[in-house]
Amino acid sequence: MSLFLFWVFAAMMLAFGAGVVLLRNPVSSAMCLVMSFLGLASLFFTLDAYFIGIIQILVYAGAVMVLFLFIIMLLDLKAERARKFNIPAMAGGIAVLAGFVGILYKVLASNAEYLHAKPAFTVPFTSDVKAVGAALFTQFNLPFQIIGVLLLVATIGVVVLSKKELK
Amino acid sequence: MAFVVQRPKLNLAEKLYLPAVLGGLLLTIRHFFKGAAGRNVTMQYPEVKWDDHLPEWYRGAPTLVADEWGRERCVSCQLCEFICPPRAITITPEEIPNSDPWAKVEKRPKEFEIDMIRCIYCGLCEEVCPEQAIYLRKDYSITGYTRAEMKHDKAKLYELGGVKAGVVNKWNEKK
Amino acid sequence: MDISSFLFQPSVFLIWTSLVKTLFILFGAILPLVSLAVFAERKVSAFIQDRVGPNRVGAPTSLVGFKKDYSLWGLGQMVADPIKLLLKENFIPKSVNKFYYYIAPKLTMIPPLLVLAVIPFGSSFLGVPMVIANVDIGILFVFAVSSLGVYGIVLAGWASNSKYPFLGGIRSSSQMISYELALGLSVVPIFLICGTLNLSQIVDWQVKNGWLIAPFAVGGGSLSLVQRVLLWIPMVISFVIFLVSMFAETNRTPFDLPEAEQELIGGYHTEYSSMGFALFFLGEYAAMIAGSGVIVTLFFGGWSLPFIPDGSSHWLFGLTNIPDWLPGVVWGFVNINVFFAKVSLFIFFFIWVRWTVPRFRYDQLMKLGWIYFFEIALANIFLAALVLVYIK
Repeated sequence: MSLFLFWVFAAMMLAFGAGVVLLRNPVSSAMCLVMSFLGLASLFFTLDAYFIGIIQILVYAGAVMVLFLFIIMLLDLKAERARKFNIPAMAGGIAVLAGFVGILYKVLASNAEYLHAKPAFTVPFTSDVKAVGAALFTQFNLPFQIIGVLLLVATIGVVVLSKKELK
Repeated sequence: MAFVVQRPKLNLAEKLYLPAVLGGLLLTIRHFFKGAAGRNVTMQYPEVKWDDHLPEWYRGAPTLVADEWGRERCVSCQLCEFICPPRAITITPEEIPNSDPWAKVEKRPKEFEIDMIRCIYCGLCEEVCPEQAIYLRKDYSITGYTRAEMKHDKAKLYELGGVKAGVVNKWNEKK
Repeated sequence: MDISSFLFQPSVFLIWTSLVKTLFILFGAILPLVSLAVFAERKVSAFIQDRVGPNRVGAPTSLVGFKKDYSLWGLGQMVADPIKLLLKENFIPKSVNKFYYYIAPKLTMIPPLLVLAVIPFGSSFLGVPMVIANVDIGILFVFAVSSLGVYGIVLAGWASNSKYPFLGGIRSSSQMISYELALGLSVVPIFLICGTLNLSQIVDWQVKNGWLIAPFAVGGGSLSLVQRVLLWIPMVISFVIFLVSMFAETNRTPFDLPEAEQELIGGYHTEYSSMGFALFFLGEYAAMIAGSGVIVTLFFGGWSLPFIPDGSSHWLFGLTNIPDWLPGVVWGFVNINVFFAKVSLFIFFFIWVRWTVPRFRYDQLMKLGWIYFFEIALANIFLAALVLVYIK
């Protein structure tokens, strides 16, 4: 069952991911990205990582992509549709993709363990929310705090820059 | 002359909005219970009618009236037809034959039509009439299934108007 | 294997009970409640404005031989309104983007219905917990899914290819972003106090320790009166912010700027007719019900009522010679009704506020969300943490 769902959601992610690049309408691309995020979140759910999955939806699909859509809606879409295919850029993109797939294959083939599903998630916590919290505040406390400071700096920077009068 | 309106200084309670919102909620809930108890101002139209409270000067449907001797007061001068702003009135005049006891009046309407789809109940026809033949009565519910039904002909207008006694009767003195 | 033992296999049992619960929530609770909410909206607004409201459509008993019709206070309007919308022509303007125009109403309706999956609407019924999906991320699921509701509105505004819906869509997206933060942060103190994100466990906590809106008033638990009053302070702040943000999230007055009939001719659903329009309406009222459900669950003890036992009780007014399952069924049923009664009261509150408070101006709305609520919610988290440090 879990494997079947994996294929469904992986296919969904990839199909909509391709849609992001291939569709000409920017709104369609943005909506495909949202669907792709939902597929990714569902993949997390199948791995019993509910917290990460729902944060994926909450932050990316629910907030970041709304902002994206907000900006895209204000664009002139006709200019985008009139654009021609850029052959060298496409060739470059395909080359990068081929390289990535090659590396991925090499890594996966290097160790037979990678080809099997991971064993069930066993932690001494009742819920994965607590597991994530405990990991963040014990094992990875320093990086977590540093990220917190970084975000605070960014927030203060935005507030300062958006003030009307700088003296 | 320039005049600057001072913005009112708000105190903390006013700035918080919440006391004002609560006050508003109290006001509306009072009205809600008042309404729920049935004390609302709406009149349930087809069951309850306004008829008894219509003022003396109410302008309802325009009608034609006869005098107390049964003579139709209209002499078909067509002033109302000309003054009517939406052109709702159409009059076809006719001569009164000599055999008629009121032959001295000379003219009467052969057909008198008021299109009630057009009528705006302004009362100018009543005001302009030199014979006091057309009156706005208190009928307000003029309805019909077809356009033809909404066109009041002479018979209908007299039926609605009836007899108006005690107004000027100059034709009685004429020989 | 016979049929009953097949049905009571754990996984099969889970599937069919969830299905039954879903069908009940959808057709037994949400659709009638939406229809009732629309009717209540019209009736309450009428009463507040000293009018009568819809009072004609009722039981046409004269059709089947009775002497007169009974208007039943106009309750037939609940059925008449949807029928009217269903039978209208679904007019699609020529200039719209067909695909997004079609899916936008569906996208506004689905999220509120999904939100209801994680809200516990009763204690238990014959041992089955009355929540469709008892997930550990409960409230995060609510926020994540309800934040997806904005896509329907934004896409409707964009796909309609017309200025008023477009302005409505733009307003909606920026409004959602500014209120989601305050909405999310305002409930963090609840997680600090209850120590869980699971909505069922939050309700259980409230059953033991008193409702979070007034922790000193009801319930037993291990906390002293002073501690309860201390807890009450951050909870009231949380509640006010959450409530106001919920109004913004569900596009209700005073934050109904995406619709704003007077300025935007109905906003994002200007170009919709018939069932498309009805789906937007359904979505809006379902969002209101889901929002009320979340508020009730978080602050008003969910399905619990003081001195009313839950579905696992074996007590029924001291009666002894009754079947073992009867008390559970009775109290389970009572709990479900208590939950929906509370939700209905909140729907009434939503309507009551709509016909009291005028609409905010756009800059006031942004200022309220970003400058006041965001900061107060942040400070409130620290306040709640300090109180908890003192208590524990």
